[in-house]
Amino acid sequence: MPGGLHRVLFVDLARHRSWVENREDLFSERLGGAGVAIELLHEHCPESCDPLAPENPIVLAVGPLTSLYPLASKTVAMFKSPHTGNLGESHCGGRSAMALRLAGYGAMVIVGRSPSPVYLSVDADGVRFRDARTLWGMSSSLTAGRVMLEREGGVGHRTVLRIGPAGENLVTYAGVTVETYRHFGRLGMGAVMGSKHLKGIVIAGDGDLPVADHGAYQKTYRDLYTRAVRSPAMRKYYELGTPENLGPLSAMGALPVRNLQATGYGEAPPLEGEALAREHLGRRLACSHCPTACIHLAALREPHPEAPYFYKTTFVSYDYEPLYALGTMLGVERPQDALHLLDAVEHLGLDAMSAGVVLAWATEAFERGLLDVEETGGLHPTWGDAGVYGAMLERIAHRASRLYTLLGKGVDAAATEYGGIDYALSFGRLEMPGYHTGPGAHLTHLTGARHSHLDSAGYSLDQKDMKAGQSRSPEELARALLTEEAYRQVLSSLVVCFFARGLYDADTCVACLSAAEKDRPWDELMALGEDILRRKHTFKVREGFDFDALRIPARALETPTPLGKLSEESLRQAVSEAERLLASGERFSGT
Amino acid sequence: MGKRLRVVDVERCVDCLLCAFACARRFGGGGLAKSAIAVRSVGGMERGFVVVVCRACEDPPCLAVCPVEAIRNVEVGVRVDPERCIGCGMCVEACAIGAVQWDKAERKPVICVHCGLCAQFCPHGVLAHEEV
Repeated sequence: MPGGLHRVLFVDLARHRSWVENREDLFSERLGGAGVAIELLHEHCPESCDPLAPENPIVLAVGPLTSLYPLASKTVAMFKSPHTGNLGESHCGGRSAMALRLAGYGAMVIVGRSPSPVYLSVDADGVRFRDARTLWGMSSSLTAGRVMLEREGGVGHRTVLRIGPAGENLVTYAGVTVETYRHFGRLGMGAVMGSKHLKGIVIAGDGDLPVADHGAYQKTYRDLYTRAVRSPAMRKYYELGTPENLGPLSAMGALPVRNLQATGYGEAPPLEGEALAREHLGRRLACSHCPTACIHLAALREPHPEAPYFYKTTFVSYDYEPLYALGTMLGVERPQDALHLLDAVEHLGLDAMSAGVVLAWATEAFERGLLDVEETGGLHPTWGDAGVYGAMLERIAHRASRLYTLLGKGVDAAATEYGGIDYALSFGRLEMPGYHTGPGAHLTHLTGARHSHLDSAGYSLDQKDMKAGQSRSPEELARALLTEEAYRQVLSSLVVCFFARGLYDADTCVACLSAAEKDRPWDELMALGEDILRRKHTFKVREGFDFDALRIPARALETPTPLGKLSEESLRQAVSEAERLLASGERFSGT
Repeated sequence: MGKRLRVVDVERCVDCLLCAFACARRFGGGGLAKSAIAVRSVGGMERGFVVVVCRACEDPPCLAVCPVEAIRNVEVGVRVDPERCIGCGMCVEACAIGAVQWDKAERKPVICVHCGLCAQFCPHGVLAHEEV
């Protein structure tokens, strides 16, 4: 296949061995990315395995559009999640997808546990196992990443994935930092790496990618590029980045504040995109092969706490979700304070979203007397107190006591022990994203294959329905969301960034694929998308997932959304419909 | 006179590499192996980038050091004759700014021909294709 997409690089950390397998069968049928990764997970993840056992594989996969077209910039990771005990899937950009594909691989499967800490150096020639004992225990994931890059030398096109203390200490929502500012953030891939004694992965690639039809490739590329730089669909990511959402969500009353006790600040919210850009934006970056440059870095200039006329300037990447989780959800309203916390999770290697929601639960539990200062180690979690939150993050990452160990397993684990389950905001054991827009959002959190807002973007459907003054039956809602999720399986198998969904419509996907590889009609791709989703569901059921056991946090039902208070009965009906559709052979789109 | 490629505003570079991918597409396909343009961070992405392109020197050192006269002057910049080139890599060493790239598979240098394709695909106004 072009550029060696069919080559799967296997790494056995226990024996420090690697080899390549030809999986043309898999890539020609399942495209790449999510489509291929879920098959590799089925093949290599033993049933009921402990997510932190050596057997749990980490799968990384790219697709047929990777490095060929603009915005086809993401790598899909799959593993069994130590956080939910079920399907772990996370997508990341940076240079990761480009480096893996241009090194001549379509996927990587990592199994086993190294006898002592290592990092991997990967290129077209294979894998080298590097001693990482000196890097283990470093306080910052950023320092470790820099050391790995320096040691590997060279100036080629490289990516560096690595974990921080949270991953080493098996915090179940530890993330993986890529190129300093991008992440495989959710569902605990960092802990899986930690359990394997795998500190990081450097991948260098700068190969060729032949295409099937040169003329069609040039034309399709130019057309797509022109639309990408002119399209209003990309403008919001281009200018203010994702924090542009914060103002509108606050105004409509859908922005979770103080553990979802409130839903916004009206028209003048703190941490809003325009003000952040004006006061703090220091530089913008792009993932490889993306003209949009949605990565926004704040320049945080601060005086030294003691020495006069010493300053440091830190660059902190900010996005809507981390600002919600470590900002509004905690009542942290000063931009400098929120940026501080964003910086802290970057160094520690935590998922910003789960970390914020965990601290929000802890604050409310402390207020209500379920936790005391003895448990917290003398700290008083209080809304808006970023200093205390920073100290708590540090203790979570290092599992400093019984409480912090439990907090490092998420709100479900902590609330099961201490109480306060009604305001433990998680869905499918994954802490909630920053959308309280209506039934669509929470249905996505409940039924999405990885319980992520990005699975089927119900928050977006809610807002469309709000504008149109439309309401849907639970059955219609379930069907609409599964149709969207199936379409996203196509995107994440090609692999295209979801932010580019406005550009990659049916005709574009077909044209891109046809010029690069071969013709595949849209209907066939959508049928494949539905099948990929069902394969994920099959994996989840195999690992014990049960729709009936899903918990809907009481707080999410009590606090009104812009579309009114949510009805548990309607949500359950929609969940049942989703379950029925997934179990049946019926097309979600109804055609 | 012809047109020359120039880096006009490196502060707007976001490291998207669209220029490098555009350069490689001159040969029809994708990837980066045949790209004549390089983008590197200045010690950490937050400090910005350098974009390295051929400056079309009046007296090109790459040409001067070539032992087999495989590099010749043209109106703007130089051209490499791959038939003559013996793959010694001395041109790579000779360029003080590192603008001579290396195609590992072919073992030949890749030098910018100042066609300006990369500038057409730079979304942020970093590169310009200007009359000399």
